[in-house]
Amino acid sequence: MIPQVSQFPTGQGDVFGWILQIAWLVLILATFIYGQRIQLTLMLREVESSLFRLKFMRDEGRKTSISTLKELGGSEADPTSRVDRFLEYVAIPPVNLDPSGVIWRLEHILDVRDVRFEDEVSLMVPGVEKAQRNNMENMLEAALALNIIYKVIRHFYVLGKKTKSLYIVMQLQMLLPLIMREAEAFADALQAFKLGQPIGDGAGALVAAKLIHGHKTRKIAKDTVMAKVSMEGRTAYVLKAEGPGGNVGKPGEAIKQIIEKTKGKIATAIIVDAAQKLEGEKPGEVAEGVGVAIGGPQVEKYKVEETVLKYKVPVNVVLIKEDIGDAVSSLRKEVFDAAEPVIERIKRLILERTKKGDSIIIAGVGNTIGIGQ
Amino acid sequence: MSEKRPPTRRFSTIMFIIILVALGLSIAAFYQAIFAFANQEFATGSYFALIGIMGLTFLTYLLIQTRRKTLKLPIHAQRVATTILCQKCGFKNIRDFQRGDYILREAGECPKCNEKMIINSVYREAKEEKKGTQKLS
Repeated sequence: MIPQVSQFPTGQGDVFGWILQIAWLVLILATFIYGQRIQLTLMLREVESSLFRLKFMRDEGRKTSISTLKELGGSEADPTSRVDRFLEYVAIPPVNLDPSGVIWRLEHILDVRDVRFEDEVSLMVPGVEKAQRNNMENMLEAALALNIIYKVIRHFYVLGKKTKSLYIVMQLQMLLPLIMREAEAFADALQAFKLGQPIGDGAGALVAAKLIHGHKTRKIAKDTVMAKVSMEGRTAYVLKAEGPGGNVGKPGEAIKQIIEKTKGKIATAIIVDAAQKLEGEKPGEVAEGVGVAIGGPQVEKYKVEETVLKYKVPVNVVLIKEDIGDAVSSLRKEVFDAAEPVIERIKRLILERTKKGDSIIIAGVGNTIGIGQ
Repeated sequence: MSEKRPPTRRFSTIMFIIILVALGLSIAAFYQAIFAFANQEFATGSYFALIGIMGLTFLTYLLIQTRRKTLKLPIHAQRVATTILCQKCGFKNIRDFQRGDYILREAGECPKCNEKMIINSVYREAKEEKKGTQKLS
């Protein structure tokens, strides 16, 4: 084909044939010399398009936060400057070069961060009840996450453009579909946090709430409540984050305290949590296993692992599958419906793994926004 | 972080020139193809027609890539329903979610038996997954 094409116009001797011949040569040369540059330009355009969407989501997050805080704060001072400051907030993790005690240092930093966030929201909307304040805090955290995602992607986009490095842009372009999914999940979460709707992450808390309902609860750790429930002839210490405001509490600390107070006389601990499903799995599918299923910065998970090891307490988990989008957006029906089968599984686990008169722990892990007790 | 209008993709001048040149070459190639076919030069005509088709394909691709459009909003409005249930007689009331609703909140008296009702569920019904993915489940 190529020899025919290259010979063809010269044989005709017409001007247009020459133009096409030159155009072909230019195209081939340009592909050789600028092939990578052309690829880079196309990739940058794709990244740019996603960056526009991220910017839109970031701006929506900011706008939603400001308007909601204004609405709740009534005629109080304009929260715009405070929100803008909040969206740039950073928490620097502790040094891990010497890993000894890093968990406790990390916990301290996270506690300081939580207190700082609570204070910031209290200053933005003074006088608002605790549940509402927690929801606003969650909403601002979602807006903060969107701002960070946008800024990081913009950083690598500009860096790739400046250095004309195909490899920086290529990595960015390849990761973008996953990053966009996460960002879209946070964008959807804004509405749920704004209105105080239960979210997918609260699946564990929902199960615990159903077990606790009608029983007297008491606070056992920061933002965490516990109730003694009689189940199948056993005493179950059921715990969850204190609802209905948005928070995850300190389930690890709570489990540690119960085990230590009972001097390790716990037949089994059952942790119920939402888990990220694999593509192809259905949302709301239930899975069982062993180990400590507590997400987040691992501080709570570490506390449980240390305590159960010390007292040799077996730990079982019941997981409710959902994807990242469902975890932070309004609770979907399939996940809600999974609560009853999970309770049945817990009962079966208790009957199979413990004896009558034993004490057990059931921990519903997750954000309890929109879920009471 | 000032407020901005909805995002749009930009249409660059260089891209516009490339599109114009490609369009010109494609049209000329088609003209040459018709001229060649008319003169019974089928090989030449096919060659020019091929060039024209390639040019137009390239042009269409560029236009799809660069057309000015408002980007699809990624924030979806979700309908969330609240179910209020009487635990004694099972009377159920389903309505749209209202701010302040939460699962296990007391929600007044049952119109049938005057017992206390509670918010039994708050959830959204998500759209079904694409059929192609269901086959593999």
